[in-house]
Amino acid sequence: MQNFKQSFFNNVLLITGVLCLSTLILLFAGAPPVDAFKHLFLGSLGSWIKFTQVLMAWIPLTLCACGLVYTFRIGLWNIGVEGQVVAGAISATAILRMGVTSGMPELFLVFAFIGGLLGGGLWAVFAGFLKTKGGVNEIFAGLGLNFVAQAITLWLIFGPWKRPGIASMSGTEPFSSEMWLPTLSALRLSPSGLLLTIVALIGTGWVLGRTRLGLALKGIGKNPQAAYLHGLKPDIYMIFAMGLAGGCAGLAGTFQITGVYHRLIPAISSNYGYLALLVVMLANYRVWWTPGIAFFFACLNVGSIQLPMMLQLDSALSGIIQGTLVLGTLFMQAWQVKKKNE
Amino acid sequence: MNNLHFTILTASIVAGAAPIVLAALGETISEKAGVINLSLDGSILLGAMVAFATAYHTHSIFLGFLAGAAAGSLVACLVGFFSIYLGLSQVAVGFVLTLTTRDLAYFFGNPYSRIYGPQTGPWPIPVIHDIPILGPIFFQHSIPVYLSMLMIFLCWWYLYRTPMGLCLRAVGENPGAAYARGTNTRNIQMWYTIMGGLMIGLAGATFSLCTKPGWGRPQGAEGTGWIALAIVIFGGWHPVKAALGAYLFAFLQVMGIQLQGLFPTIPAQVFQVAPFPLMIFTLVLTHVAQKGRVYGTTKFPNILRHIMNILSSSAPAALGKPFRPD
Repeated sequence: MQNFKQSFFNNVLLITGVLCLSTLILLFAGAPPVDAFKHLFLGSLGSWIKFTQVLMAWIPLTLCACGLVYTFRIGLWNIGVEGQVVAGAISATAILRMGVTSGMPELFLVFAFIGGLLGGGLWAVFAGFLKTKGGVNEIFAGLGLNFVAQAITLWLIFGPWKRPGIASMSGTEPFSSEMWLPTLSALRLSPSGLLLTIVALIGTGWVLGRTRLGLALKGIGKNPQAAYLHGLKPDIYMIFAMGLAGGCAGLAGTFQITGVYHRLIPAISSNYGYLALLVVMLANYRVWWTPGIAFFFACLNVGSIQLPMMLQLDSALSGIIQGTLVLGTLFMQAWQVKKKNE
Repeated sequence: MNNLHFTILTASIVAGAAPIVLAALGETISEKAGVINLSLDGSILLGAMVAFATAYHTHSIFLGFLAGAAAGSLVACLVGFFSIYLGLSQVAVGFVLTLTTRDLAYFFGNPYSRIYGPQTGPWPIPVIHDIPILGPIFFQHSIPVYLSMLMIFLCWWYLYRTPMGLCLRAVGENPGAAYARGTNTRNIQMWYTIMGGLMIGLAGATFSLCTKPGWGRPQGAEGTGWIALAIVIFGGWHPVKAALGAYLFAFLQVMGIQLQGLFPTIPAQVFQVAPFPLMIFTLVLTHVAQKGRVYGTTKFPNILRHIMNILSSSAPAALGKPFRPD
């Protein structure tokens, strides 16, 4: 009870702090804070259309966050998630392009998701091999591969997959609508994407909380030496966790292709990979907290699109709020540990 | 004619590499002391924005550079405080800060987008700028470019030829031993993290006041921080090698434009990611070389061994590991 009260008090303190800080930032930029917060709220939850936009951002964000929980559990900092989203998107596009003339769009849509899963997964497994066999820290390997994936995307858009006639930053030729992920007739919401994300969430929760695999990941994350002496092979589990994380990220990339953009664009990942890292950190690496925090972050992202139009502010305000929230949380956790030690 | 072309090309490489050299040197200093400042990509942007805004309002380029340096060191100060004194993961704090400072720069920089502001002009060094070939390449630049060249030497000299530099490296290699000898490891780490951040901020100011004058979203400095991070590793945590890496990158940037004429289907951006595969390659090579040394069984061909000797080098032993002096 004492613990609960303490954490409740901390959260209230954190949210008030971040609110005050954002207000100060807005005042400093010469903008009316109340109006800005109002536009953030109305721009994300003000209507059903906005709400579905939030959900369409929530799907890839939560998928990436799900994957990251595996790698954080085993003690890996999978910063390469961004590149894994891109790798998944590229694989999905490749498969959809094969299916254009096949006459079986539904089948190839399913294949695209399998391909995206494998593409993202293999991209991550490569980083895992670099870590375990090549002695390359997963952070440096992941970062490097992010940029490589980005370069491959650009090359494909301007080279082999360019639009007939002109190649441009607007991306490849859009797919015909039979190859789009079906959406509800009135709203741009994809029920299958939503279902997939919920399945991934429950699956992640079950694997990590209820299976031997989850226990092994946790054990290795907490103490690799002890786990090794216990007969677990950290290397294999690390590669496996990377594969799972990459697979989830690849699904997110496939969703961006089939459900959102319907083509390959240079910024296909929409930075959801990096944002998902913040989500999982704020969730304190717990699975069941991620969907809520991802929803809040998606609200901020979608709502902030209003700021340039309504108040001539830059939409980066959402990122500032998200970043300060995570920094504040990290600070409080460290402060408590420090106090406990003294 | 051909000669003139070569000098102009080389001079543009020297000028274009200036901010990357500064950022890579700053990161080298901070990593040599054992602290990874992962915030540098955002810090550079924040430094660029603050420098441009300050120079715009005060009409003083000097104050602009000062403000940029202050912004960089402030962010580094946060990284240092959270990781050194509170024991948080350096990577986590740095990563969150790189995203947050980038957004801060975009948010506050919005009113300064695409407006004309002050920028540094060329300042040829008297007498020696007339030397044929060398003069135009090295001595007809603006002051930040000279600063970047001077800093390469200064950093090397400080790290390897002064007692303070020895202390810095000792803290990065073995903080326990340094502590036992009476060094205040935390303060040393904090100090060099801030110094590194200062140079990273200067790199940002060099962008917005010299190399790519002005501010906007995107400014054009995006991604430089990650490239500098890769170059530090590729350069084996050695200031001179890191600077050479930065020049190599600037060379690729210039050649990318030239190469695009040869391969029109490959966008110039593709050539610019070269530092990243090179970084991974260097790390793998280092790992293999060390394994070979330990077991003494692996035989390599001579050429490969030479490449290994040049490239392989080990990270500061305590890099990224928090040290608790109790």
